[in-house]
Amino acid sequence: MTAISDRQKLSYIASQAADARVNLELETEGMTLNIGPQHPVTHGTLRIVAKLDGEQVVAAEPLAGYMHRGYEKLTEVRTYPQVTTLVNRIDWLGSFANEVPFILAAEQLMEVEAPERAQWIRTMLFEMSRIGHMIMFLGDMGVQLGGLTAIFYAFRDREFVLNQIEAVTGGRFHPNFDRIGGLKDDLPKGWIAETKAAMDKVRSFCDEMDDLVLGNEIFQERTRGIGVIPADIAMQYGLSGANIRSSGVDWDIRRDNNIGLAYPNLDWKVWTHPDGDSFARYWVRLQETREAANMVDQLCDGLPSGPIMAKVPRIIKVPEGEAYVATENPLGEMGYHVVSKGDLMPFRVKIRSASFNNVSIAPWLLRGVYVPDIVTIMASLYFILGDIDR
Amino acid sequence: MSTFAFELAYWQQTTIRLLAATIVALTLTAGAVYLYLFKFVSFMQSRLGPMEAGPFGSLQLVAEVGKWLQKEDITPDDADKRLFRLAPFLVLVSALVLFIVIPAGPNAYVANLGTGIFFVLAVSSISTIGVLIAGWSSSNKYALIGALRAAGQLIAYELPLILAVIGVVIQAGTLDMQGIVAAQANGEIFGISAIGNPFIFTQIVGLVIFLVAMQAELTQPPFDMPIAESEVVGGFMVEYTGVRFLMFFLSEFAAAIGFSAIASTLFLGGWALPASWGISNAAFHVIGPVVISTKVLLLTGIVFWVRFTFPRFREDQLQRIAWKFLIPAALVNIAVTAVFKVAF
Repeated sequence: MTAISDRQKLSYIASQAADARVNLELETEGMTLNIGPQHPVTHGTLRIVAKLDGEQVVAAEPLAGYMHRGYEKLTEVRTYPQVTTLVNRIDWLGSFANEVPFILAAEQLMEVEAPERAQWIRTMLFEMSRIGHMIMFLGDMGVQLGGLTAIFYAFRDREFVLNQIEAVTGGRFHPNFDRIGGLKDDLPKGWIAETKAAMDKVRSFCDEMDDLVLGNEIFQERTRGIGVIPADIAMQYGLSGANIRSSGVDWDIRRDNNIGLAYPNLDWKVWTHPDGDSFARYWVRLQETREAANMVDQLCDGLPSGPIMAKVPRIIKVPEGEAYVATENPLGEMGYHVVSKGDLMPFRVKIRSASFNNVSIAPWLLRGVYVPDIVTIMASLYFILGDIDR
Repeated sequence: MSTFAFELAYWQQTTIRLLAATIVALTLTAGAVYLYLFKFVSFMQSRLGPMEAGPFGSLQLVAEVGKWLQKEDITPDDADKRLFRLAPFLVLVSALVLFIVIPAGPNAYVANLGTGIFFVLAVSSISTIGVLIAGWSSSNKYALIGALRAAGQLIAYELPLILAVIGVVIQAGTLDMQGIVAAQANGEIFGISAIGNPFIFTQIVGLVIFLVAMQAELTQPPFDMPIAESEVVGGFMVEYTGVRFLMFFLSEFAAAIGFSAIASTLFLGGWALPASWGISNAAFHVIGPVVISTKVLLLTGIVFWVRFTFPRFREDQLQRIAWKFLIPAALVNIAVTAVFKVAF
């Protein structure tokens, strides 16, 4: 930890000194490298402008906005039930999880509560989209570091989870399943048993990644001590999700600020790691995937019976007011601040997406590292472009 | 040339040998690409690999080559055009030249140089120049970073590669490839000559160092920073298209075969089977190529197995492995070999 921050400090001093001695002696010219907008590490269209001195990064700045789709504005011309179709596409790997906080905010304004069974199924799908999301991360990190095999295992085993989500919602990626006051449909027949089998696959995938990626000496060499985020810095930059938990901050909205989901009924644990480096971020996410699989198992076992839809009017008008609801999404805290003027459509929706804050630490984190570490750090911060630009 | 019923002039012989070597080299390369890069890796990654072109996709490489030949050969405007076009040839030639001295039988070689292994190590470093030219002339930042990484890496790993070979040379007492093969076939381990004395047993340290350095020379993972597709998106090859890209691709795998052939000659006994098995010299004209091809494919299998299992190192970590671990280990290996050579 100290080694890294020393190096970062030294490189910063060196860059200052380099600026100061311009034209004074035979100095070398830095090179500006545009990483992206089309580059594998950004898996999307993020652009990182890196000023290099040889292989070392003097300064780096991520430029977002290449995929801005104006969702906050678009929500103002959609009725409340239509908004879920839009917000599905913010973080496209964990789509269902995007719907939930918006629906919860709308429910809070309307003062409706979903029936218990709907809450449990919501939690179940929420955790399953987290699993699908995290499986991609666990495989993708291998690819970014050059081990191609992991991603193929990820694609293979994520399919089991996506199949289960598709069986309920009809959509593999964009379920559009959550409704104000409950859910669109109940679970199909035989789904519970299949889901538990899928969760076994997920656990065996996690074990595989433990061996193939996490236990690999080269992987540890590449990630340990790389991109260290101390806890106070993490909090200053507003990181959330696994990124802040791997800096040793024990904070999880599912436990600490849970609204309308079935987490209090479950026996689970918030995983943290004291190191705050890229390795810790991988480790925490791996544990969280296992934990989520166990949570889905418990939800399957304890699923209460009853209706899945509360009594809501056919045409949904949300009374005047404001509400902010955040949930612990796969990427971190995702919240919607919904302002209603008592209309069919929201007056204003502010989306607090996790990736935007998580990536904002990049300039601080990338200073002084080597070019290959840009890949390690950006991959371990784990962002989805749609979640940055919205 | 008593094996032939008729006499051939020197130039005729050389032409035939060169043609045969090129064909064998390319066939083996294509075979290894299909067997390992397409199929073996697919099974490792729980997918099928190519299935459509030919039976079990065996003609996939032919289809790919056809595709590359059709594609436009783009030279960037800012590129140093002549050098840009020259570079792939340099790299491909340096890979193919490796095959000149590798014997596949008592009489199956292009040239039987007295300093065969020295020649191999010398020409294999020409590819560094080709890679540097490619990276510099592309006038692309990614290509430049990739090329400089490649140059640093190839130079660093040339040394352990050479030092690993020296142990074998000391033990065999010759630089001649045929001599090294003969030394292994006729040797004995503590008086037991049942399997000859393949240097894999006495030079196991050398073999491991050779394989690691070879992986790095080939810029295969875990040593593939020069082309690291998730960082410098292909490195020195980033601006190449069509047939010139095909040349880089082929030379990478031809070099993999070439180095595997050298390793199997140096450490696994080459084309020969142990002399104590009493196989006549004439029979080796036929079974020699089969024996060495089997060994080559086995070693290439290891190359690809490692390639698709490990993530890649960082540039500084790679240099550290070469200078702080491989080279000292190789030097110790040489010293120990020399002491044993004198003592026994």
